[in-house]
Amino acid sequence: MNVVETHGLTKNFVVYERNGLIRRTREVRTAVADVSFSVAAGEMVGYVGPNGAGKSTTVKILTGILVPDAGTCSVAGFVPHKRRLELARRIGVVFGQRSNLWWDLPLIESFDLLRHLYRVDHQKHQANLDECVERLALEDVLKTPVRQLSLGQRMRGELTAALLHGPTVLFLDEPTIGLDVVSKAAVRDFLADLNRDRNTTVLLTTHDLDDIERLCKRLLIIDHGTVIYDGGLNELRDEYEPYRTLVVDLVTSGSPLAIDGAETVKVDGPRQWLRFHRDRYSASELINRVGEVAEIRDLTIEEPDIESVVAKIYTRQT
Amino acid sequence: MLLDAHLILAGFRSYATYRAATIAGLFTNIVFGFLRGAILLAAIRQAGDIGGYSTTDALAYVWLTQGLIAVIAIWNWNELALRIESGDIATDLTRPIDPQRYWLARDFGRAAYALCIRGIGPVAVGFVLFDVTVPPDVWQWMSFVVSVALAVWISFGLRFIVNLAPIWLRDWRGALIVSNVLATLMSGFLMPIAWFPHWARVVMHALPWAGTTQAPIDVFLGKASGPSGIATIGLQAAWGFALFVCGRFALIAGTRKLVVHGG
Ligand SMILES: Nc1ncnc2c1ncn2[C@@H]1O[C@H](COP(=O)(O)OP(=O)(O)O)[C@@H](O)[C@H]1O
Ligand SMILES: [Mg+2]
Repeated sequence: MNVVETHGLTKNFVVYERNGLIRRTREVRTAVADVSFSVAAGEMVGYVGPNGAGKSTTVKILTGILVPDAGTCSVAGFVPHKRRLELARRIGVVFGQRSNLWWDLPLIESFDLLRHLYRVDHQKHQANLDECVERLALEDVLKTPVRQLSLGQRMRGELTAALLHGPTVLFLDEPTIGLDVVSKAAVRDFLADLNRDRNTTVLLTTHDLDDIERLCKRLLIIDHGTVIYDGGLNELRDEYEPYRTLVVDLVTSGSPLAIDGAETVKVDGPRQWLRFHRDRYSASELINRVGEVAEIRDLTIEEPDIESVVAKIYTRQT
Repeated sequence: MLLDAHLILAGFRSYATYRAATIAGLFTNIVFGFLRGAILLAAIRQAGDIGGYSTTDALAYVWLTQGLIAVIAIWNWNELALRIESGDIATDLTRPIDPQRYWLARDFGRAAYALCIRGIGPVAVGFVLFDVTVPPDVWQWMSFVVSVALAVWISFGLRFIVNLAPIWLRDWRGALIVSNVLATLMSGFLMPIAWFPHWARVVMHALPWAGTTQAPIDVFLGKASGPSGIATIGLQAAWGFALFVCGRFALIAGTRKLVVHGG
């Protein structure tokens, strides 16, 4: 069953630019153009794109905050903007640049208030809270006013706030933005566990491709409001960056290896880099070939990083 | 209802974290109480009772209005407008609660906190130091309490609508300034409505601003008592309701038109 479904979703913004004292020009800016995709229950999908691509606008439409100009969508069986209040009980939303928490109150009081807002019964709330507090290590900051939390602490609080009512879908709009490496890792681990243990459907918006690499099997790439790729992460690599690199440490330094169908792109003492097409060789075949002509001490395979793959897609677009 | 109680409490607790601002505000309200008192007394000494205000009435009026300033908060409240402008309203809209209900409850929490310190403070100072008119019976005291609660409701109704302005106007701060000026002139805060010429009195009493300030004062001083007291409180309730309905429509229109700014 599809938890999220969109067909031809379009949203325009009208912006007025002032030129001169009175004259202004009216300009229609298309933020989202004809976006169609669906997300099945239990999927964790990455929604990727550069700044201004239309990611947040899509999330706002799917959470019922914005009304689309054209197209249809449904989330958890509801048309979001028509049934915003009912939908709210079934979804969790985190906007990385905003807060779900009450700035002036201690974290725990925000959580209590959310329990009443979402009418969650006490036991379920407590169970969810205990789990989040433990997994996200929030115990020590529960009594701290939100405005005194570090960004990393706050973001862990935001995730908890979005999950206390046990939503079936979680929309995360740039949840790792501005976080340090440790906090990012904590958030990612938590999301991976959440998706695995609770089967929560997650739409994760980000421009940080490490998030995707770590969390999502499938990704949607959006640029200038249009979805330009919808598929698996590995397929994306295969399609757009079919070359991989074998790095071998040989026992002796020597001249570059000459192996048919592989290109020796770099030599550094006994270490050599061989770039090869994945259709031509499997990694083990190539290793065997190298083994025939030289003695190998150690090796690694370098996959192209997704960042360069996506960069390629964007440039191919324009 | 339980939810509303929790929201009120949360509003109270949020505002209660601003202690320094509370103390500074209290101090200012008291200082200005002395100033306004001196001016009104000077006027009455020159002209005799004006509009039926004796010196004890005038002093009660001054210190009560000084106490009401923070409670009704008819000036400058822009919490909601700022959330709309910054786009933070997005998070409010992802919650399963009607925003008008949410903000009303929060505002009652704010008013309750304001009452505890900035409301009672100036009134206590004025009533201890000066000879002022006080209600003769419990009934009148209770009517006053009801009238103040309705004043908060009306004030919220006005502010809610003005705070939705950024949905349509980039220059909503201008709208807020206009609303401040109107509130000052028309509420009976600048001087008692009874001191204005007859035609202005009729207009001002009929408009909602009088319900935020002059109405509770009239009830307290017994200038509106018996049938006229009931009429005063009835009109407050009617305005509170009417503004609530207007706010409702504005919100519905606004949510449809809303453009949430920023990432
Ligand atoms: N409230 C708005 N008014 C005018 N233009 C907007 C508004 N919100 C977004 N846009 C425009 O729509 C496009 C998509 O924005 P957004 O969805 O926020 O992108 P992303 O989240 O991918 O960075 C951008 O060009 C942005 O300038
Ligand atoms: Mg964004």
